[in-house]
Amino acid sequence: MSIKQLSVFVENKAGKLKEITDIIASADIDIRAMSIADTKEFGILRVIVNDIDRAKQVLEDDGLVLSVTDVLGIRLEDRPGGLASIMGTLSEIGVNIEYMYAFLTRTENAYLVVRVADAETTGQALEAKGIMLLTDEDIRNM
Amino acid sequence: MEKRYFQKEIETMPVDELKKLQSEKLVKQVKHVYENVEYYRNLMDEKGVKPEDIRGIEDISKLPFLTKADLRDAYPYGLMGKPLKDCVRIQSTSGTTGRRVVAFYTQNDIDLWEECCARAIVAAGGSDEDVVQVSYGYGLFTGGPGLNGGSHKVGSLTIPTSSGNTERQMQFITDLSATILCCTPSYAAYIGESFKEKGYKPEDIPLKAGIFGAEPWTEEMRHSIEESLGIKAYDIYGLTELSGPGVSFECEEQTGMHINEDHFLAEIINPDTGEPLPEGEIGELVFTSLDKEAFPLLRYRTRDLCRLTREKCSCGRTHIKMSKPLGRSDDMMIIRGVNVFPSQIETVLLNEGYTPNYQIIVDRENNTDTFDINVELAPEQFSDTVKDITDREKALVGAMRSMLGIGPKVHLLPPKSIVRSEGKAVRVIDKRKLHD
Repeated sequence: MSIKQLSVFVENKAGKLKEITDIIASADIDIRAMSIADTKEFGILRVIVNDIDRAKQVLEDDGLVLSVTDVLGIRLEDRPGGLASIMGTLSEIGVNIEYMYAFLTRTENAYLVVRVADAETTGQALEAKGIMLLTDEDIRNM
Repeated sequence: MEKRYFQKEIETMPVDELKKLQSEKLVKQVKHVYENVEYYRNLMDEKGVKPEDIRGIEDISKLPFLTKADLRDAYPYGLMGKPLKDCVRIQSTSGTTGRRVVAFYTQNDIDLWEECCARAIVAAGGSDEDVVQVSYGYGLFTGGPGLNGGSHKVGSLTIPTSSGNTERQMQFITDLSATILCCTPSYAAYIGESFKEKGYKPEDIPLKAGIFGAEPWTEEMRHSIEESLGIKAYDIYGLTELSGPGVSFECEEQTGMHINEDHFLAEIINPDTGEPLPEGEIGELVFTSLDKEAFPLLRYRTRDLCRLTREKCSCGRTHIKMSKPLGRSDDMMIIRGVNVFPSQIETVLLNEGYTPNYQIIVDRENNTDTFDINVELAPEQFSDTVKDITDREKALVGAMRSMLGIGPKVHLLPPKSIVRSEGKAVRVIDKRKLHD
């Protein structure tokens, strides 16, 4: 059980992020969550959107380099220790986290987007431990 | 039967006869130059050489060299062998590496030049049944006019698109079924890329061959162009100072370019001492034009480094072959004391799966050279993790270091972010020159 994330290669140039987000906006696409990884040379914009196929299309049409990755959308319990508990579970099943970021929704729930080497297997292991994972359909309907 | 030669008798002439022909022409040419070109007469007098001292090609090394600096000094009329009223055309270089070269042509010079280009077209499989699209620039640059004239001489249908407007290039290739494309290799690669983007497969493109030159390119680039356009790619070499493209050209064996020796006498010299080197050794290529009337250069130092070989060629041509120049000494950069040729960088990029679109930027900071290479990342090479991309950069730097001896800074950029050239590609930006 995983969700699709879109990553976009961002040249380290003024106005590049605006250009990309403008494209997403003008295609009427909602960004549910985002994070940016940056190095001295370039950035990688990672987004979870409500319509990934369309987002991919419009960005590719503009000549941008992107990739689609399966990541885990994990629901956090909204209490002190909620994040620690999830980290504990991930560590128990022996999974390395490549990167992660969190996002909030209009509801009271908070979510973690977690990138692991094998989303499918890790997802199954987490679900077996009773952890709630988001689906692409959940993302569309948020 | 397939026509393999444009001028069979000359192209397959036995070597001893060819040398005899060259000797006769050289004696005549030296006399012509001594009598008509004051600038060169002075050089000969300084060296104490008289036209009578040159009795054949074995005496060539008695003659003084001409260099690009001489061309600059004698600009514009100082090296002319004919009065202006006998000339019908000039061609000129872009002048990017100093003052532009202006070369003059009589009608006979143009005819012989076009014949050289015609030989190249026929060697690439061309005949009067072919449709030759000339996508070299037309105008002062020799590429367009040379291949255009050659194509006429072969009797091929010629499409003079000139360079640029890639949409239109593709349209003519497909609508009029062009079979032979002539342009710079970097533009051929760009046309191939553009076809791919439009969803064309190589087999959908009517081209069968391409004749590419005017800038250095590597074997790896040849393969990538051949794959993208579904053609066999032939190299052609020349320089404005001698005529233009067609000084030498590849046959189907593709083990070097046959020099049109009936018109151009080639030597290889040690670039530092000027001493002639034996056949097979790498050195600087020097040409003497044996037939040029209006702009007859003797012992002109090309600054191109290559080797010559007279090994028997399966195509039947007897003319000596030159290897692809390793680089023009103008192209060679000295970065932190190490000699670097753009062609080496291109080889590494293609070996590592990158496109041949790149840019080298050399600068100087705190008295140390900086060396940066911008490289385009293909969509399939992109990953969502920083580590994957930095690993890619590191691997590329490592491959560069083992090829060049020094490690550049590599910058991966999105596709198409490096400006494409429709003529000669701008591969090197050496900002150090601005400071000196």
